[in-house]
Amino acid sequence: MGKTLAEKVWDAHVVRRAEGEPDLLYIDLHLVHEVTSPQAFDGLRLAGRPVRRPDLTLATEDHNTPTVDIDQPIADLTSRTQIETLRRNCQEFGVRLHSLGDAEQGIVHVVGPQLGLTQPGLTVVCGDSHTSTHGAFGALAFGIGTSEVEHVLATQTLPLRPFKTMAINVEGTLGPGVTAKDIILAVIAKIGTGGGQGYVLEYRGSALAGLSMEARMTICNMSIEAGARAGMIAPDDTTFAYIDGRPHAPKGKEWDAALEYWRTLYTDDDAVFDAEVSIDADALEPFVTWGTNPGQGLPLSASVPDPDSFADESEKAAARRALEYMALEAGTPLRDIAVDTVFIGSCTNGRIEDLRAAAAVVKGRKKADTVRVLVVPGSAKVRLQAEQEGLDEVFTAFGAEWRHAGCSMCLGMNPDQLAPGERSASTSNRNFEGRQGKGGRTHLVSPLVAAATSVRGTLSSPADLEPAG
Amino acid sequence: MEKFIRHTGVGVPLRRSNVDTDQIIPAVYLKRVTRTGFEDGLFAAWRGDETFVLNNEAFASGSVLVAGPDFGTGSSREHAVWALKDYGFKAVLSSRFADIFRGNSGKQGLLTGQLSQDDIELIWKALENVPGTEVTVDLDQRVVTCGEIVAPMQVDDYTRWRLMEGLDDIGLTLRHTDAIDDFETARASHKPRTLV
Repeated sequence: MGKTLAEKVWDAHVVRRAEGEPDLLYIDLHLVHEVTSPQAFDGLRLAGRPVRRPDLTLATEDHNTPTVDIDQPIADLTSRTQIETLRRNCQEFGVRLHSLGDAEQGIVHVVGPQLGLTQPGLTVVCGDSHTSTHGAFGALAFGIGTSEVEHVLATQTLPLRPFKTMAINVEGTLGPGVTAKDIILAVIAKIGTGGGQGYVLEYRGSALAGLSMEARMTICNMSIEAGARAGMIAPDDTTFAYIDGRPHAPKGKEWDAALEYWRTLYTDDDAVFDAEVSIDADALEPFVTWGTNPGQGLPLSASVPDPDSFADESEKAAARRALEYMALEAGTPLRDIAVDTVFIGSCTNGRIEDLRAAAAVVKGRKKADTVRVLVVPGSAKVRLQAEQEGLDEVFTAFGAEWRHAGCSMCLGMNPDQLAPGERSASTSNRNFEGRQGKGGRTHLVSPLVAAATSVRGTLSSPADLEPAG
Repeated sequence: MEKFIRHTGVGVPLRRSNVDTDQIIPAVYLKRVTRTGFEDGLFAAWRGDETFVLNNEAFASGSVLVAGPDFGTGSSREHAVWALKDYGFKAVLSSRFADIFRGNSGKQGLLTGQLSQDDIELIWKALENVPGTEVTVDLDQRVVTCGEIVAPMQVDDYTRWRLMEGLDDIGLTLRHTDAIDDFETARASHKPRTLV
């Protein structure tokens, strides 16, 4: 019997296999940030252990970094302590670090691919659940906890039980205004926040083939929101073209050898998935969330659901609580929901293509007076690229704030937060209670919907806009 | 790591599903660089609500959390486990756990025992009828008892062995350093390196 993509990558990394024990899996690339690493380095220090492979490890500062006045000391003392601790740890253990202000600094999941470090067939881990992003390249990439971070630092391996495999077949053609974000929000709404538990999702089908690497990263990024360990897409010429020429891409003969291997990374025709789900791309519309988990989403044309319409008792209760927290009435058209803040950025949608898409919508327009618009590039390189293309001027003329790179308003950890009761349309990945700031209310949307919403002030798609004057 | 064989303590009924790690400990509490002191962030958003279960004096000293399905979803933050442990919880019981959370728990000596939702409901009722009721979690026998209720508990063999022996992961792996050395020798040279 053939193997799935995930099984091929897994099997190529087994250091040791023994009956009744987890496989010991080799890790090719370990990404590190300031939030989930201090206790891991602390553990190494206590045990007198070195980092086994600093040359397979890369650190960046992202979660705590401010996105304005980045030349000033970080005001929040604990944020500053975490950043300073990472700097000290990287120096002590010989780990490469891209600090705030560095040309390569940015969100860890934007930096890895942009440096060409994320490649097909690798195992990639990071103490961050959105590590699934890197699966867009055909890598097996997944988030780990701090104990596991320490384990990888010390041994470059992880003891793991094999994941199950689930095919997500997305067939058809996306309509105008429908994006990768809408695909993944629809997938999560379909299988639920627990539907992917224990699985690696492999996104397949005709709708995927035409997508850019940025779009594929958006999809794989949110695999974790369906509960999955990882998301993967088989590499193809789009993947190889993206990697070619990047700083850490293989060169010359090494490139040829790599390419030969990468071309073997697909699910065999006779391989069997443990589960399969189908999504009809032709039927997809722009998707938005109405509740407090990423599975509580609907097409933008729908209305806030009645909690009693759910069959399952716990879903009913969850919907009721979500509506209360979100201050929404059942039956309200989603398009009538007014927001205070629009956030464009994050490891889900903070790449150059996302900024281009949003800029194309807002170009020549003015934002709604009632809305604050934050545009936060995913990395310093993305910011630079956008500025070279004049996107910063488009956003500034529109009335948006053009910020420096970081996780920003995706999570309530740095100064970019919602105030209690404030409502956002956000291109990020989590609409949990308080995720963007205590009491904040989040609607997850695509960059196109975010941009159109910032024009009208209510949840909107570009199709709702009058032609720009 | 402390060995876990069996534990008896006050059960805390948490009647909520999908308790994600942002609810267990909000991001704002993650900034410490030490391994202790996270108990003040536990369920921080709910602790201000006087009807929240841990604000009931009878449950405040609880050490066995009995939660709804899909406990520990969301962010991979291990601080969620530290917060539960620092507060004094030794075990969490649920009908379904998020994978990363369960993995993190096993490594820190916090037992995540899987029970049927029917048994969870029975235990909830027992705990709510008489707040302060104790629950015994027997990892050796894989059984949870609470008064008259005797519920089978699922824990995989490997995690059970690790918890009962109190074994630390890295020490276990370092016994196989030779196998890691051999694997590295055979790795393809086109694989990327972060240092040049």
